[in-house]
Amino acid sequence: MIRLERLTKLYHMGDLEVPALRGIDLEVGDGEFIAIMGPSGSGKSTLMNLIGCLDQPTAGRYILDDVDVSGLTDDELAWIRNRKIGFVFQSFNLIPRATALHNVEMPLIYAGENQNRRDKALAALASVGLQERARHMPSELSGGQQQRVAIARALVTDPSILLADEPTGNLDSESSLEIMRLLAELNQQGRTIVLITHEPDIARFAHRIVRLRDGLVVSDQPQAIPAGATETAP
Amino acid sequence: MTLLEALRLAMGGVVANRLRSGLTMLGILIGVAAVILLVGVGNGASAAVQQQIEALGSNLLIIFPANAKSGGIQQGFGTASTLTMDDVRALADRQAAPDVAAAIPSASGRLQVTFSNQNWNTSLTGTTQDFPSVRNYQMASGQFFTSADVSTASKVAVIGQTVVDNLFNGADPIGQVIKLNRQSFRVIGVFASKGGSGFNNQDDVVVTPITTAWNYLLGGRGRNVQQIYVAARSPQATQAASDEVTQILLDRHHVSDPAQADFQILSQQDILSSASQTTGILTLMLGAIAGISLVVGGIGIMNIMLVTVTERTREIGIRKAIGARRRDILTQFLIESMFLAGVGGALGILVGILAGRGLPAVVSALPAPLISAPSVLMAFGISVGIGLFFGIYPANRAARLHPIEALRYE
Repeated sequence: MIRLERLTKLYHMGDLEVPALRGIDLEVGDGEFIAIMGPSGSGKSTLMNLIGCLDQPTAGRYILDDVDVSGLTDDELAWIRNRKIGFVFQSFNLIPRATALHNVEMPLIYAGENQNRRDKALAALASVGLQERARHMPSELSGGQQQRVAIARALVTDPSILLADEPTGNLDSESSLEIMRLLAELNQQGRTIVLITHEPDIARFAHRIVRLRDGLVVSDQPQAIPAGATETAP
Repeated sequence: MTLLEALRLAMGGVVANRLRSGLTMLGILIGVAAVILLVGVGNGASAAVQQQIEALGSNLLIIFPANAKSGGIQQGFGTASTLTMDDVRALADRQAAPDVAAAIPSASGRLQVTFSNQNWNTSLTGTTQDFPSVRNYQMASGQFFTSADVSTASKVAVIGQTVVDNLFNGADPIGQVIKLNRQSFRVIGVFASKGGSGFNNQDDVVVTPITTAWNYLLGGRGRNVQQIYVAARSPQATQAASDEVTQILLDRHHVSDPAQADFQILSQQDILSSASQTTGILTLMLGAIAGISLVVGGIGIMNIMLVTVTERTREIGIRKAIGARRRDILTQFLIESMFLAGVGGALGILVGILAGRGLPAVVSALPAPLISAPSVLMAFGISVGIGLFFGIYPANRAARLHPIEALRYE
């Protein structure tokens, strides 16, 4: 599903070259729930941007669903983001002057899907338990609800991977648990999930934990008893 | 993304900032209204001038003497005195000039006319009895002079409405004695008003027999015919009449090469085309001046679109993250700027038309503006085009944003 080979990313700060990733090798299989952990500055955001096809690596290869993504054009990357990747951001990133329904519909609009668009968006909202709030604006929803709308938006095009970048970073612990249970449930239904976090509490839902430090993988271990969809507060 | 979807999106953006969008539209509105109004004024003036020239009579030919040459130096237009009374008589020959209905001489000058304690400066035309028919004048009262008056050089005058208004103070001018350059003339007729204004006022005239003008009023200039007016039988016969007149005058003046002719013939068509050329330039100039304000409006759109793009940087990042291509973002912002310009333009057309209707009531000296459908369509097209042109840079800037940087933007 995902294969990273010697993935490297350099940033240029004026004349200075700052290595963010220094050769990452990683494979994520179909249906896995993997957490990428590490302190700030370890390169996990950079890795997330590369896996999410928001940025291109400086060197190395990224193969997604048997396609080498490393050399694609901007528009080709947009297509991959649209069809294969569902993003869940820390700050929700909903468009403020669009209803929940319209936000969820948006990836389908860019996919050029005109039929069943409304139905699909409503179904996605229902799968996160928010069909009642379809006509609400993001500002009328709680943080947990907004993040659930964002998850519905990520799911609506039925992507290969759900990419969650600190999905609970802006939420209280109760909402956080709610969101993590939702992700665990989606994983049980067969969805591949890549979770990026620095909180062990959150990472315990994953089946496999990859730790980064200074742009390198320092450990990659399966988690014996991951928390499940029925998990209550620790 | 379909066009309808893009339009809905753009409208959402416009509606989200009502005041700002409204003010931006106002810039285009004023520009378009100014173009429509000023071009309308130009066209109105053009139509008014055309009407006045057509009032001369569409079958009219005017013959001027050629430019005089003094010591090898060309003098101004019509300065030679090569036309004579005999030429006029020859042109009235039905055999040689079957398409000429009548020909009259004209000798003119300016003079002072007084009646009782009033005086007025006006133009004098000395001519013959066919003047009213050739020049298209009607009599309001009294009558025109006859051929007998011409041959005896009688001191009679026919005057225009403007002269009557300025001298007679409501009294009946017929039979009154006026003084032309301090010599007594009897008023025997008054012309019906022909309209016209300014230097082209065809009612500000005094007409006498040409012999009388030569003898008493145009002293020192000899028996000189300044112009000959020829009326063709019909507007269609104007060209034929012009050819006949040319032949007769060439023969009479013993000129074999038409290029060396010592006279020039101007038809009403010639005057009309040169006048419409002048008013065309006027219209163009007015349109260009108004066009400047349209460009300023366009810059306003560009400015506001740049602000909008900056404000919505994060939104652009989100859209890109969920799969919007460059083209999608470009279309969204281009449509938004064209929408601003298009609505501004449509309102501008409305304001321009209403102002055009109201203008004559405010400035009565101005001819009524003529607003034509093509100019309205063009103005609308141009305003949308301006939205497109000035929207390209901001939209392109939005489309080129890097998704990560856009997402990080606070």
